Amino acid sequence: MSGGVRVGEPSTGEEPGAGDLAVRVTGLRKAFGAKTVLDGIDLEIRRGEFFALLGPSGTGKTTLLRILAGLELPDAGTVLAARRRTTVYQEPRLIPARRVLANVILGLPSTAREAGRRALAEVGLDGYGGTWPATLSGGEAQRVALARALVRDPEVLLLDEPFAALDALTRLQMQELVAELCARHRPAVVLVTHDVDEAVRLADRVAVLREGALAVDKTIDLPHPRHRDGPSFADHRRLFLSHLGVVTASH
Amino acid sequence: MIAVTLERVHAPDETANRPGTEALPGSEVSETATQPGSGAFPGAGVSERTGPGALSGLEVPRYLGSRRRPPLLSAGVRIGVPLLLLIAWWYGSSSGRIPPDVLAAPSSVLDALRELAATGQLAEYLLASAQRAGLGVLVGGGIGLLLGVAAGISALGEELVDPTMQMMRAVPFLALVPLFISWFGVGETFKIVLIAVSAAIPMYAYTYLGVRNVDRKVVEAARGFGLRGHRLALGVVIPSALPSILMALRISLSVSLTGLIAAEQIGATEGIGYLVTLAQQYFRIDYMVLCILIYAVLGLVFDAAIRLVERLAMPWRGHVVAR
Repeated sequence: MSGGVRVGEPSTGEEPGAGDLAVRVTGLRKAFGAKTVLDGIDLEIRRGEFFALLGPSGTGKTTLLRILAGLELPDAGTVLAARRRTTVYQEPRLIPARRVLANVILGLPSTAREAGRRALAEVGLDGYGGTWPATLSGGEAQRVALARALVRDPEVLLLDEPFAALDALTRLQMQELVAELCARHRPAVVLVTHDVDEAVRLADRVAVLREGALAVDKTIDLPHPRHRDGPSFADHRRLFLSHLGVVTASH
Repeated sequence: MIAVTLERVHAPDETANRPGTEALPGSEVSETATQPGSGAFPGAGVSERTGPGALSGLEVPRYLGSRRRPPLLSAGVRIGVPLLLLIAWWYGSSSGRIPPDVLAAPSSVLDALRELAATGQLAEYLLASAQRAGLGVLVGGGIGLLLGVAAGISALGEELVDPTMQMMRAVPFLALVPLFISWFGVGETFKIVLIAVSAAIPMYAYTYLGVRNVDRKVVEAARGFGLRGHRLALGVVIPSALPSILMALRISLSVSLTGLIAAEQIGATEGIGYLVTLAQQYFRIDYMVLCILIYAVLGLVFDAAIRLVERLAMPWRGHVVAR
């Protein structure tokens, strides 16, 4: 159960029940036209587990995430997921015509305003509730999107390359923030990314999707916070890169 | 799935109705264990997730997207409503439920059509109207397009053109009929000018809107590569604004039909508008209905033509069309 416990958590907490799942996918298939992107995927993600899915572009990572979000229909197989699921997309997808706080509590009653403000404070945007989304920087907008996902107290948090469009510095800060928030709220996380470092840095478990199947599915047993210059970090990175078809020179 | 502990739907107002849940980690001791971790910000200390089975609380994600409609069903529904109306008309007339002085029966409308076609008047009238409408829309639409692009691209153009065009927009073009007759007489010029004015206004408004909505960043980049003036307009702005411009063309064409009726009621001896006037004078309900049907068919033809243009002129948009 290495995935359940994180170093640096405020309280050790009890392990989630041994078989307590947040996501269970069996025999999932999905094709677009003649192209089969998911070909019999089996996947279980425990409650509180941070799962990262790696893969080159066009392999169906995002499709899998969209199926979990209910945005695509599987062609075959069963998909079960915990009820409260929220998604952060690659773009912030904020509604330009509504202020930041209204965006955060989108679909919630106005009594959720206080919770929305707290969520904004948690992502470091205290006092931004009254501003318009168009005035935010890319990183700020993405933090609003994160607050919008967190205020619903997700059991499953779906992250679809949420850092891909950010600049390198902002990306590092956002990764830090996501790690911190996930450690505090403990949703099951599905992070879709093509950034190996990001996956190894954040996730309890990393899988590589290749040719419609999970080529590797490995628990990352490193303590947090993880530094990319640590020796086993590099080992993991090399392993996943080789599964992604990237040959790395050994240093 | 049987699910006990976490089955509860997370009603949106729950978040706010339970004060204290969102307090600092560890301080929510009084919280009952029935809903562990459901506050907006649950403390990390509470974690009594002990469902009866591994799959408690899981569900099949509800599909939020739109389902693909079978093309045959889609086409059937599309045709179905007009077809039903047609059947109701035919049935109502033949069973006598619709008196002939309210709505002529389909058969008598068909007879009127045959009569008109046999004398060659139908083709003559259609051609005359098409010429007037075509010329009017070409001139008026062209002017509207030019002004719309000018106002959309440059601030000076906007200042020069927009206030006047907005004022023009408020004037119902039918109010111009007496003035135009006194200027141009009741001949062809009057008719074409009236249609041109009626077509120019919507063309201007939608083109302006479309140009204003062109991605500023793309225009910026094009300016950076040295594109200015007509090269910027023709190469970048107009293609990007084409969806709006074709929408404008659609509206201009249908407005031109209104202009046609107004123009051909006065001083005309041929044309669809003239036919409407005749039908009214002789109280021929069959001809009145026939005119309405001709307009409806013209609407369909315009629509199909512009769909085709959309497909040909905007290959980058696939099969997405403005409706």
